[in-house]
Amino acid sequence: MIEFHLDTRSGVSPYLQIVQQVRRALRLGLLHEGDQLPTVKEVVARLAINPNTVLKAYRELEHEGLVGARPGVGTFVTKTLSDGSVVAAHGPLRQDLKRWLGKARRAGLDDESIEALFRDTFRSAEEQGVA
Amino acid sequence: MTAALETTGLGKRYRRRWALTDCTITIPAGRVVGLVGPNGAGKTTLLQLAVGLLRPTVGRVTVLGGQPAESPEQLGRVGFVAQDTPTYAGLSVADHLHLGAWLNPRWDEDMAQERIGRLGLDPKQRAGKLSGGQRAQLALTLAIAKRPELLLLDEPVASLDPLARREFLQHLMEAVADQELSVVLSSHLVADLERVCDYLVVLAGSKVQLAGDVEELLATHHRLIGPRREPCTMPSDQEVVGMSQTERQSTFIVRCDGPILDPAWTVESLSLEDLVLAYMARDSEPKRQRRSHLGVVG
Repeated sequence: MIEFHLDTRSGVSPYLQIVQQVRRALRLGLLHEGDQLPTVKEVVARLAINPNTVLKAYRELEHEGLVGARPGVGTFVTKTLSDGSVVAAHGPLRQDLKRWLGKARRAGLDDESIEALFRDTFRSAEEQGVA
Repeated sequence: MTAALETTGLGKRYRRRWALTDCTITIPAGRVVGLVGPNGAGKTTLLQLAVGLLRPTVGRVTVLGGQPAESPEQLGRVGFVAQDTPTYAGLSVADHLHLGAWLNPRWDEDMAQERIGRLGLDPKQRAGKLSGGQRAQLALTLAIAKRPELLLLDEPVASLDPLARREFLQHLMEAVADQELSVVLSSHLVADLERVCDYLVVLAGSKVQLAGDVEELLATHHRLIGPRREPCTMPSDQEVVGMSQTERQSTFIVRCDGPILDPAWTVESLSLEDLVLAYMARDSEPKRQRRSHLGVVG
C-alpha cells in the first residue's frame, strides 16, 4: 500500500498529483499488478481533501488502464509499468547522477543553477530526439 | 437533481443596513462548497437564511427543494454548526449525545459513539473543559450523527490551531466520503478551504462576486503579464477582473473561456487564493477609482 502526499504550493492540481504519484510508484516498482490503492475514505481522512478529487484521479488512472475498480472492494493495480531490468538500471544511473552532481557543485553551481541546467538540457535533448 | 441550495434575488436588511443583496445562486447537491469573503461580507447571514434562523427581507431561498425549517422533517435534513462551534459548557460529552439522540429523528448513535471513541473524548468530561479543537470535533459529531443531507458550517476552523484545523477537515471529508453529504462551509481564509472545496462562492460587500466549480474557475482565469496596455483595448471575450499597471508593464487578471493567443502576453495560471483576492479587491476598490476605470472602458 502506498501513501499519498500533497504539495499545495506546486501549482499542480491535487488530482493530478495523485495520478502522478501512482504512476511514479508503478514505474519505481513500489506498486505491482494486484496491489490495492488506498480507499477514497483512507485518502481523504489522511490528506483532508475532497473525495471527488480522489475519485477523479482514480477514474483517470482507470481510463489509462493502470488500475481497475472492484465495486465494494476497492481499486487495484492492473498493469505494471516497470519491468525488473528498468528498475535494476536505476542504481547505476543514480550513481552517475550523484557523481555528476558532485562535479557541478565543485564547479560552483548552486541548487537553482543545477536544476535550471538539468531542465534546460533535458528539454533541448528532447527536442533533438535524444531523450 | 434537486439543488442543495438555491436562492433568487435574496436579500436581508438589518434596520438600515443591507447585509446581503440580490443574491442568486444555485449550488448543486453532492458538492463541498467554500463560501469565502471578508468579515462582514454576508456569509453568516446567507447561512442563517438557509438554515431558517433568519427570514429573508426580499427574495427566496430553497434548501433541498423545500423551505428552510418548514417542518421537523426538513429540519432533520439540514445540519448546522454555528460560528465558533458552540457547545453547552455545563453539559458533558455524553449529555450532548443524549440531547442529539432526543432531538434528531435520524440520529445515528453508533456513529456518534464511534467518533467520540476515536477522538479520545471522555464521555464524562464537561464541554466547557474541552480544548477548542475537541469542542469543534464534538460539534461536528453532533451535526454529522443527525445524518443530514446538507451540512452548513459557519467559520468552523477559524479559531483552531493548524493541527486541530487539519484534523477537523480530515473528519469532515471522511464524513463526506461516507455519507454523500452536501457541505457548505464559510471562511475568511481561502487557504483553509483550498484542499477541500470543489465549488466556490465569493461574497464581498454583501454581494455574490463569483460562484462556480473550482476547476472550471481555475481553467478560465489567467494572469497576463506584458507591455503596458489599456484595459479598453482588450478583446471583448476577455473580461478584466483585476489589473495593475506600471509605466511599462501591465498585469491583468482576466476571465476567458478560450485560450490566450496574443504572443505579447506571458500567461500564468492562478491559484485559488489569487482568484478569490482578485474578486474581493473588485468590491473594495474605492468607488471613485472604479468610475474612472469604467470611464476608460466606456
